[in-house]
Amino acid sequence: MTTPREASPRATAAAGPARLVARGLGVRHASRRAWALTDVDLVVEPGERVLVTGASGAGKSTLLAAVAGILEAEGTEVVGELTVDGADPRAARGRLGMLAQDPDSQLVMTRAGDDVAFGLENAGLPPEVIWPRVDESLAAVGFPYGRDHPTQALSGGEKQRLVLSGALARRPGLLLLDEPTAQLDGAGAALVRGAVERATADRRTTVLVVDHDAEPWLPLVDRVVEVTPGGLTEHGPGWHPVARTTGLLLPPAPDGPVLLTAEAAGFTYRGTTTPALPPVDAVVRGGRALAVTGSNGTGKSTLALLLAGLRAPTTGRVTAAAELAAGVRKGRDEPHRWAARDLVSRIGTVFQHPEQQFLTGRLRDELALGPLRSGEHADAARATAEELLERLGLSAFAEANPFTLSGGQQRRLSVATALATSPRVLVLDEPTFGQDAATWRELVTLLAEQRARGCAVVAVTHDRDVVEVLADDRLSLSERRTSEERNERGVEPWAR
Amino acid sequence: MGTVRTTHERASQRARRRATSTGTASLALGPVTDVRLSRINPVAQLIAIAIATLVLLTSLDVVTPAVVVAAELCLLPAAGLTRPGDLLRRTWPVLLGATSVGVVNVLLSDEAGVLTGLGLALRVIGLALPGVLLVASTDPVRLADALTIHWRVSTRLAYGALAALRLAPLLVAEFEAARLARRTRGVEAGRNPVARARLLAGVGFTLLVGAVRRGSRLATAMDARGFDSGIPRTNARGSTLHPRDTWFVAATTAVCIVAVTLSVLTGSWDPVFVG
Repeated sequence: MTTPREASPRATAAAGPARLVARGLGVRHASRRAWALTDVDLVVEPGERVLVTGASGAGKSTLLAAVAGILEAEGTEVVGELTVDGADPRAARGRLGMLAQDPDSQLVMTRAGDDVAFGLENAGLPPEVIWPRVDESLAAVGFPYGRDHPTQALSGGEKQRLVLSGALARRPGLLLLDEPTAQLDGAGAALVRGAVERATADRRTTVLVVDHDAEPWLPLVDRVVEVTPGGLTEHGPGWHPVARTTGLLLPPAPDGPVLLTAEAAGFTYRGTTTPALPPVDAVVRGGRALAVTGSNGTGKSTLALLLAGLRAPTTGRVTAAAELAAGVRKGRDEPHRWAARDLVSRIGTVFQHPEQQFLTGRLRDELALGPLRSGEHADAARATAEELLERLGLSAFAEANPFTLSGGQQRRLSVATALATSPRVLVLDEPTFGQDAATWRELVTLLAEQRARGCAVVAVTHDRDVVEVLADDRLSLSERRTSEERNERGVEPWAR
Repeated sequence: MGTVRTTHERASQRARRRATSTGTASLALGPVTDVRLSRINPVAQLIAIAIATLVLLTSLDVVTPAVVVAAELCLLPAAGLTRPGDLLRRTWPVLLGATSVGVVNVLLSDEAGVLTGLGLALRVIGLALPGVLLVASTDPVRLADALTIHWRVSTRLAYGALAALRLAPLLVAEFEAARLARRTRGVEAGRNPVARARLLAGVGFTLLVGAVRRGSRLATAMDARGFDSGIPRTNARGSTLHPRDTWFVAATTAVCIVAVTLSVLTGSWDPVFVG
């Protein structure tokens, strides 16, 4: 690689889209034996829009970090060549625009206009140049509010559009999009893709999209390359990813008894007047999967919290059937009154973000924790943990720290921790969120297996495919909020 | 720990309300609606606060803080703090602190009479109120602008802190999630105070891990927009000092002089250093 040079003061003013060249690129992270990326050959011509796809763990993120010039400097081994407009990516960082996944950790300022101006101030542009550019790039992404709009009042999709606007205002030669829609619902994702399409229509910037979910980007990109263990595979025009539901055979399940009932159960947070969840009825039966759908802000996750016995409904009731409540030490038929050790063996809950639920430093301990807490013997708990590790193909990581696993592995582990106590009811919030096709199929199969053994599965989801293949019952919560009040992933406290 | 049970729902709803109604927040996380006091440049306000603080810290009588607090109370309407509810919500910790300082001194000290206790309580209020006024009237972005432009505070520090401030409400939501997550895993403290403390420590650690991860993502995002890249940063909003800012500082000084003079004239002047 060439040596990094100082970014020129007018880096952002350098006109025109950038050219990206990678030849024989390989990256190995510090303290890892395996190469994260090998033999990558890729040329992206100025103004092109290219999608980089691939399974999770294939090295997409590493490629993106290399192109963005943000690879960990210490100990990372890089072979081959990677240049942006002929220069080392670290030297070309001023020519770069970036949009990452998390809408909440990319905004700096309190007002929309100031946030777009932030990048221009950093480039040392005078105010009289900044404000027209701010207005121009807010318009380019179709931002619906004025400069003074508070950024915290935006929905996730709107925040992502604002971040995109802030990146484009700097007139980047290369725009990097790192799964920018992964944390949004369908409508929010479509808005962001629309904004990308619209704002880069003039081809003044080269666009590199990294996303394992290729299909939605196809109408927008010129080419698709897939990161595979041996390098990159170029897909021809007309290529479509294999639908993840293809050939999926799920075991049938016999109908079981009613386990949980919500009667006009609603929830309003203290100090607020608008209910987070207006009263709703739901029946959870063994051997059946209930899919709870609805836009963001309709209270889906709140309903899951009520059914999971994590919150008490402020109106109505959530009651457990005698069969489920048998043997609890206190609280009788109301799950939210149960002691945690009773709850853990009856209702298993999986949060949207797996790492929120990890409490130990080793996978083995993590899986044994629930059984131990519910009163199992240490030996039995250990045996359960080993069996689950084996079944989920995580045995090799038994001693590893849960936080060091890949996203897909973490997701499998979080589901496994819930299964470890063999609960009769499983409540999952966006279980397939951000998962690649392989993990998706594994998860759906795993859930169907639980259903087949008489478990009730409750899944809060935006994922139409999950509803399609898994749901026996559907509960759709309706939209009640204005678009400004809607907060795509901010509303539910655990949905982050 | 009473406030941390607030969930993100509430935080974001409050944020929205704050954003739309006449902004009065206990934490300066969003843009602050312009009030009359907002027209005073934040650095002028900070100088005024420094002067008042110096005078209050050096006087132990009751007259000096009484005059200063009276002047501060006169500024409340200018900071948009007219509704008693708002005022109470923002100042209850101060009032609580002031009351306890006063009561404790009266009860535990042999010499301290009621008047001394009152003086000490007023001192606490006099020291804290300017902060309340500043937060109510000053947009955090304007504060960062003013500090970097007039006092050459490093932009890295000022805007870095600003960005970090945005993550604070998320922390509240994360706390709630971490607590619920523990219950789903069968971990609960019940009534045992030791178990409670351990649980809290565990939740704290989870929050720390989350905060570090989010912080580094934010740093990457700021980096990608050329923050702290060595190019001299410009400021699109600017920050101007007006004659009124000088008048504001002069008026503060005058109030302090009046306070001390009155104190000396009434014979209650009791400076810290003269013993």
